[in-house]
Amino acid sequence: MQLVLVELINGKCKKTALEAVAFAAKMGETTALALGTASADTLQALGAYGIGKVLHINNEKLNQVYSKAYTKAIAAAATHVGADTVILSHNSTGRMVAPRVAVRMEAALFAGVNELPGNDTIRKAVFSGKAFADLQMSTGKKVISLNPNSYKAVAGTGTASVESFSVDFADSDFDYAITGVEDEAGGHVPLPEAEIVVSGGRGLKGPEHWGIVEDLAKALGAATACSRPVADIGWRPHHEHVGQTGITIKPTLYIAVGISGAIQHLAGVNQSKVIVVINKDPEAPFFKAADYGIVGDAFEVLPRITEAVKKLHAGA
Amino acid sequence: MKLLVCISKVPDTTAKVAFTDGNTRYNENGVQFIINPYDEWYALVRALELKETLGGSVTVINVGKADNEQIIRKALALGADDAVRIDMDPADAWQVASQIAQYAKGGGFDIIFTGKETIDYNGGIVGGMLAELLDLPYVALAAKLDVDGTQLNIAQEMEGVKQLIKVSMPCVVSAQKGMAEARIPNMRGILASKSKPVQVIPASGDAAKSPVKVFVMPAEKQGCKMISAENPEELVQLLHNEAKVI
Ligand SMILES: Cc1cc2nc3c(=O)[nH]c(=O)nc-3n(C[C@H](O)[C@H](O)[C@H](O)COP(=O)(O)OP(=O)(O)OC[C@H]3O[C@@H](n4cnc5c(N)ncnc54)[C@H](O)[C@@H]3O)c2cc1C
Repeated sequence: MQLVLVELINGKCKKTALEAVAFAAKMGETTALALGTASADTLQALGAYGIGKVLHINNEKLNQVYSKAYTKAIAAAATHVGADTVILSHNSTGRMVAPRVAVRMEAALFAGVNELPGNDTIRKAVFSGKAFADLQMSTGKKVISLNPNSYKAVAGTGTASVESFSVDFADSDFDYAITGVEDEAGGHVPLPEAEIVVSGGRGLKGPEHWGIVEDLAKALGAATACSRPVADIGWRPHHEHVGQTGITIKPTLYIAVGISGAIQHLAGVNQSKVIVVINKDPEAPFFKAADYGIVGDAFEVLPRITEAVKKLHAGA
Repeated sequence: MKLLVCISKVPDTTAKVAFTDGNTRYNENGVQFIINPYDEWYALVRALELKETLGGSVTVINVGKADNEQIIRKALALGADDAVRIDMDPADAWQVASQIAQYAKGGGFDIIFTGKETIDYNGGIVGGMLAELLDLPYVALAAKLDVDGTQLNIAQEMEGVKQLIKVSMPCVVSAQKGMAEARIPNMRGILASKSKPVQVIPASGDAAKSPVKVFVMPAEKQGCKMISAENPEELVQLLHNEAKVI
């Protein structure tokens, strides 16, 4: 038996949670564990992703992530259903919780997994996406955290049964206080989860020119990102910095505008399915890593692309 | 304050990624090694800043063989007071964490720092495992950290949100961009580093649980289709009809 963590946000399942659920269900028989507030409907709907039973700890304190409390809940649920495998997303929650769970359960941890190329093999990106490593999947207890955007959750049919579950939490399981949460995505999809990303580099020459990047991102329903120097000079916020020393992303479409394509930048984005490069220098190294390229001035090309996207979406 | 900073040795970011021994080992031939950037630029520098303003000591710890001495000296040159090297070639993050936990247990450290992840294995595991092994609070992905008496105020950068945390020391923190500005060692630091103590501790054998079987290189790109800047609208058609991504 396997156990998958279902993370909730505003009472709904996170996209990354559905990915983990679908991935787990494909691996084998899986019980889900939902932590926090959610309606029965929302949890029953997990049946469409291959889940038979959902354990639900309907405790509003768990709407936020406390690594020790989550660890206790996951370990207790795993014991309850006799699970030897725990699956969760390798998002910030997975990063906070998975290592603790692995130690508590005396399990092997496979963090940041991309796929299962064979029955007993786990593949993950290493060297920030410059290569992959295949790890021997242990037969004993294991914890697997799945990279965001690595497995597509496709809903079928089915309804899961929901069982209320409880754990005796102590005050010491909430071993830090969350004193504030500031939204930085402004209601957009967070960058690591975005299917499409439009990213700008130093070629845009200044923060005042980001309008053309944002317009295209808006037309595509995309998140925005940037190269490191752009974040370092303060043109864009740090959390948009992608690359080997920023965040690694894996969208289906990555559009790089005025970015040269240094090896450290490529490392963070070369797992994207399709890469488009727009650069005025035909010698820019990024073209070697791209699927589509335009040699041209971003200030002329980008607004025209945005218009064409709008037309496409308008059905023209 | 007594601070412990875990440092990992990684290939320089421009190093060629290639493998030997039937793709089972990273090819270190001609490769320059550095301190993992998250460990050095953010965790170590912030620890040094805290020591400079509040007093105390900064110890760096590395799990690795004798050739890791070079990156340990760099950490000492940047200002760490002393270093510990646990003498083993670890095969996974669990080995690293269990070795460091044995050292840190009862060591009286107020904060144990790690980087957000290493840039070679990209696990982000050691900090969380340490916290569990030592039964301490764990705050991952910290982009800002300030001391407030016996507590820390930390800002975590997560997907699309910044979360503010108040946590009591001792605790484990993983550091990322924003926490500090990278430093370059000065001449005095480099000279001083040569006489700073590096304690070497034998490993005490916890077996790896998730070692690498084989490395695989990603498929080469099929070549880039160029679109004329005169007709950028064609790109949108191709993305829609050919790549089917919009
Ligand atoms: C240890 C280390 C870690 C690093 N980590 C990262 C990382 O995580 N992420 C990262 O991004 N970088 C990282 N870097 C920096 C990296 O080496 C490059 O310096 C950086 O990616 C370059 O950013 P850029 O492409 O925006 O700027 P530049 O290299 O200056 O390139 C700007 C590009 O814009 C083009 N351009 C100019 N004007 C126009 C125009 N009007 N229209 C179209 N194109 C135009 C130019 O032809 C050029 O190719 C790291 C470096 C080191 C040493």
